[in-house]
Amino acid sequence: MSARDKFFYFIYLHRTGLTVTLLSTALLLFPLFEDNPYTLGVTNLIAINTIVVLGLNLFIGYAGQISLGHAAFFGLGAYGSAITTGTYGLPPWPSMIGVAFLVGLVALLIGIPILRLSGHYLAMATLGFNFVIHSVLLEWDELTGGPSGFSGIPYLGIGDFSFDDEVRLHYLLWGFAMIFLLLCLNLVRSGVGRGLSALAEDETAAAALGVNTRNAKIKVFVLSAVMASIAGSLFAHCYSFISPDSFGIFTSTDMVIMVVVGGMGSIWGSLFGAGLITLLPEWIGIFETYKDFVHGGILVAVLMFLPQGLVSGLIDMVKVRWAMRRREDAAT
Amino acid sequence: MLQLETVCKNFGGLPALSNVTFNVPKGQLTALIGPNGAGKSTLINCITGVLRPSSGSVVFQNKEIAQLPAYEISRLGISRTFQNLRLFPRLNVLDNVLTGLTCEGGQSMLMAMLRLPYLRHRERQLKLRSLEVLDRFGLSDKVNWPAEVLAYGDKKRVELARATVGKPDLLLLDEPVAGLNSEETATVGEQLKLLRRGGYTILLVEHDMDLVMEIADQVVVLDSGRCIATGTPDEVRRNPLVLEAYLGRVEAMA
Repeated sequence: MSARDKFFYFIYLHRTGLTVTLLSTALLLFPLFEDNPYTLGVTNLIAINTIVVLGLNLFIGYAGQISLGHAAFFGLGAYGSAITTGTYGLPPWPSMIGVAFLVGLVALLIGIPILRLSGHYLAMATLGFNFVIHSVLLEWDELTGGPSGFSGIPYLGIGDFSFDDEVRLHYLLWGFAMIFLLLCLNLVRSGVGRGLSALAEDETAAAALGVNTRNAKIKVFVLSAVMASIAGSLFAHCYSFISPDSFGIFTSTDMVIMVVVGGMGSIWGSLFGAGLITLLPEWIGIFETYKDFVHGGILVAVLMFLPQGLVSGLIDMVKVRWAMRRREDAAT
Repeated sequence: MLQLETVCKNFGGLPALSNVTFNVPKGQLTALIGPNGAGKSTLINCITGVLRPSSGSVVFQNKEIAQLPAYEISRLGISRTFQNLRLFPRLNVLDNVLTGLTCEGGQSMLMAMLRLPYLRHRERQLKLRSLEVLDRFGLSDKVNWPAEVLAYGDKKRVELARATVGKPDLLLLDEPVAGLNSEETATVGEQLKLLRRGGYTILLVEHDMDLVMEIADQVVVLDSGRCIATGTPDEVRRNPLVLEAYLGRVEAMA
């Protein structure tokens, strides 16, 4: 093997690690070049959405299930942190972990019965759950502040250092997002992850290979709920104001659209989907006004032409073309 | 190694299997044959836990497995292929084979997320084992292809590779040569013989009589859900009940 080949092989072998390093460096340097608080505000929102979408993508793309209720877990995390720190004055970091634990427990309790369902029925059940949580957030005004929202949530901080401006939040939020990205990448490259991708493609075959399908689905559901809850807590501490509007069913469908655009079962795609759908309204004004139409249109178009999602669908297509050509070359 | 005792399976009121009893001895190749609709695939599904038998017992290595869920049966060391291919089309060939080692890749989701050094090391070993098996099946130049673009014969071989990579104690093969041409059938036949010589215990469901008569140690004949004959290929070939099941009633011709 020549030195050049060795170099490329090294890159191929460590492609995941290298990409993560590159991306982290870019994110570290980003605030040096871009200090407009508005732009940083938007990229921070991408980081929060990325965390939710990563979890949801594990559930949709790897466990092969559907959830139209992840905004509920997101909202529970946000309100949990808001109430424990804002109303009761508990320290933010421990309450964030405590809230995530409780939300995981909620996901476990509702996951055990509803994950017996699949397809449309599961979508309806999760949608219903989202409705219930949304109504509770709206109606229980002594605790949640009702429709006018909850304000005065403290910023996160370490000692005297407080994450209170956009640049500091950039490092906090993207730090979390990169950690979760890394955890998810590790998961899908392991034996457990392969069991999950088997489960997404064919449940009977996965069970025949020794995957405990029922448990695996519940575990991934709980994991994705915990991730959504942590994203919610960060969201609350980042904006110091939350209202039930942010946690309705349309937020849930937006999350699903991000997964679909990024591609089911693609971790890097989640990052892309969250970025694209968060940025679209910023780039083109018309998307702001007709957001629901555009999102619906994107969803229908992607699912019609690339049912595996935009990015991973395109990548699959290229891979298949390439292999087909090799197959023809071999035949001639 | 595997003992079936009066296994019955009813769909609604219809019996698909009634009182099926036979043994699969260790280290031998047992072939399960029978006309279409005899219940061969149902029986395989009952053994592997895809379906639960209505009554009767299935004992594997002195352990009753009749009512266990599919994943536990698989973990006990029973591996199978499917009649209609069930590869994972979006995964590449190597990953498809690696899914056959899912259990050995570790169970804990938390450990997997942390990707500790011992897991990394194990991953590499599993990969090497998979590549070795792919090499044995002559697929080593296609490891990076998505499984969906493979030719039918190659898909069948990938499924065989996936079923054997975990070194199962019992291998259930549901029509491994269905739809293959005679040349490919011969290759698969060779591979089955190799597997048998390698010490695998195999239960083979097959329509191809020539193949069965050539490689089986023991033949079990099912007809309409009943086990009508058991014995060596020669005994079965001469059994009047078997001839009747395959050729229709003999006395009409006499």
